[in-house]
Amino acid sequence: MKRTLRLARVLLSVQYAYMLEYRAEIALWALSGLLPLIMLALWSGAGAAGELSLSPAALNRYFLAAFVVRQFTVVWVIHVFEEDALQGRLSPYLLQPLHPFWRYLAAHIAEQATRVPFVLAIVLVVWLLGAGTSGWPPPSSLLLGLLVTQLAFLLRFLLQSVITMACFWSERAAALDRLLLIPYLFLSGLVAPLEAFPPGLRRLAGATPFPSMVSFPARLLSGGEVDLLGGLATMAAWMGLLLPLYLLLWRAGLRRYAAMGA
Amino acid sequence: MARYLRTLRAFWTSALAAELEYPANALIELLSVLGNLAGSLVLLALFYGRGHGLGGWSWNEALVVLGMYTLLDGVTSTLLQPNLGEIVNHVRTGSLDFVLLKPIDSQFWLSARTFSPWGLPGLLAGVVLIVVAAGRAGAAPAPITVLGTAGLLLCSALILYSLWFVLAATSIWFVKVWNATEVLRSTLVAGRFPVSAYPPLLRTLFTLVLPVAFLTTVPAEAILGRATLPWVLASLGMATLSLGLSRGLWRHALRYYTSASS
Repeated sequence: MKRTLRLARVLLSVQYAYMLEYRAEIALWALSGLLPLIMLALWSGAGAAGELSLSPAALNRYFLAAFVVRQFTVVWVIHVFEEDALQGRLSPYLLQPLHPFWRYLAAHIAEQATRVPFVLAIVLVVWLLGAGTSGWPPPSSLLLGLLVTQLAFLLRFLLQSVITMACFWSERAAALDRLLLIPYLFLSGLVAPLEAFPPGLRRLAGATPFPSMVSFPARLLSGGEVDLLGGLATMAAWMGLLLPLYLLLWRAGLRRYAAMGA
Repeated sequence: MARYLRTLRAFWTSALAAELEYPANALIELLSVLGNLAGSLVLLALFYGRGHGLGGWSWNEALVVLGMYTLLDGVTSTLLQPNLGEIVNHVRTGSLDFVLLKPIDSQFWLSARTFSPWGLPGLLAGVVLIVVAAGRAGAAPAPITVLGTAGLLLCSALILYSLWFVLAATSIWFVKVWNATEVLRSTLVAGRFPVSAYPPLLRTLFTLVLPVAFLTTVPAEAILGRATLPWVLASLGMATLSLGLSRGLWRHALRYYTSASS
C-alpha cells in the first residue's frame, strides 16, 4: 500500500513536471476542444432550443458542460504507445516492475492538471460573453459531474487502450484512432444534445459506450435530469467488458513484441 | 524551377512506394472519409429536419459547403498532415539540421517532401458532393464560373497551408506543439457549415482572424453563382497575405533555431 502511494506520487509529479515544461502545447490543446462551443453557437442560431424541450439557458449550460467534459477526457495513449513501441522505448518500461499502463495513465492525469487554468480561463470568457445568464448549477451536481467526468475519462482511456493493442500487430495502428473518433464525435452528444436525435438514432447511440463519455457527465454537470444509477451501471458494464479484453490482448500482444529500435 | 519539379517527382514517387507498404491504411482512410461524411450529413439533417436551416442556406446549398470542406480535408490528409505534421518532430529531434543543409529551399522541402495517396478518397468524395449538390441546388455554372471556383479553392488551400505552416513553425520556439495542428483541424470543423449560420461575433472572427469563411463559404458561393467581387478580391488578398506571412515567419524563426542533440 505504501509502495503504491509512493509510486503514484512519483509518477504523477514527474509527469506533471514534464507537462509543465510543454505548457504552450497544452494551451493550444485546450483551444482545440472548442468544438462544443462552436456547436452551441450553431444550435442557438438555429433557434432549436424550444423544440428540444430545453430552454436556451439549458442549451448553453449543456454545451459549456460538454466542453469541460471534453477537456478532461482527452486521451492520446495510442499515439504515444505507437511511438514508444516503434522506437523501442517500450522495452525498458517492460523491465520495470510496473505495468506500463500506469505510466500512461499518470501522464494523462498530470496533463489534465496542467490544463485546469486554461479551461477555467475559457469557461470564464464564455461566461462573460453571455452564457452567464444561464445560471450556475448547484454545487452537488457540479461535484458529482466532475467525478463522473473522471469515470468517463477512464472509460475512454480503457477503450483507446484496447485499440492501442493493435500496435503489437501493425506499425501504423494509430490510424485506427481516426476511426474511433468518428462515432465519438457524432454519437457522444458532443455536436448535438441526444434529444435532438431521431428515436432510432438515439437508440443506436445508446447501444454504444459513447454517450457515457460526454452526454451523461455533461448532463450531470449542467444540472439536467439524468438517470444517475442507470448511467453509472452502463459505464461500469462497459468497463467490465473492456478491462478483461485489454488484459487479454496485452498478453497476446506482448508475445509478439519484437523490441524494435535501440 | 525545373530542378524543383524534378525533385518533387523524386519525392513523391518514393513517398508513394513507402505508403504502399501499408495497404491497410487505404481501407482505414476510406472508412474514415465515409464515416465522417455520413456523420456530417446526419448532423446537417438534424438542423434541416426542423425546418430552421442554417443561415438562410437551402439544404443543397449547405451540402455544397460540406463538399468544399470534405475536399479541403482531403487536401489536408494528402499533403498538409504528412508534411507539416513532421516539422515538429524535426525540430524536437534536431533532424531539421539535415534539412537546412540541403541545397534546396527548406520551406519547400518541409512542405512537399511526401504525400499520402490515402487522402485521395476524400478529395474525390468532396468533388462528387460539390457537383451533385450544386446541380440539385439549380446551379448551371458556366465554364468561367467553374474555373473561378477552382481558383478560389486554390486560394483556400493556400490559406490553409499557410495557417498550418505558421503554427508548425512556432515549434522552433515552443519545441513541442504537436497539437498545434490538431487545434487547426478541429477549429476548421467550423467550415462544415456556411459562415452565415454563426452569430455576428463569431462570423467576424471566422472571417478576419481565423479565415474559415474563405476556406469553404466563399468557394461555395462562387459555384452557386453568387460570388461578389469584394469577396473574391478579399480571398485573393487573404491568400497572398498569409502565404507571405508564412514565408516571413519561417525566415525569422530560423534565426532562433538552436538545433537539438539527439
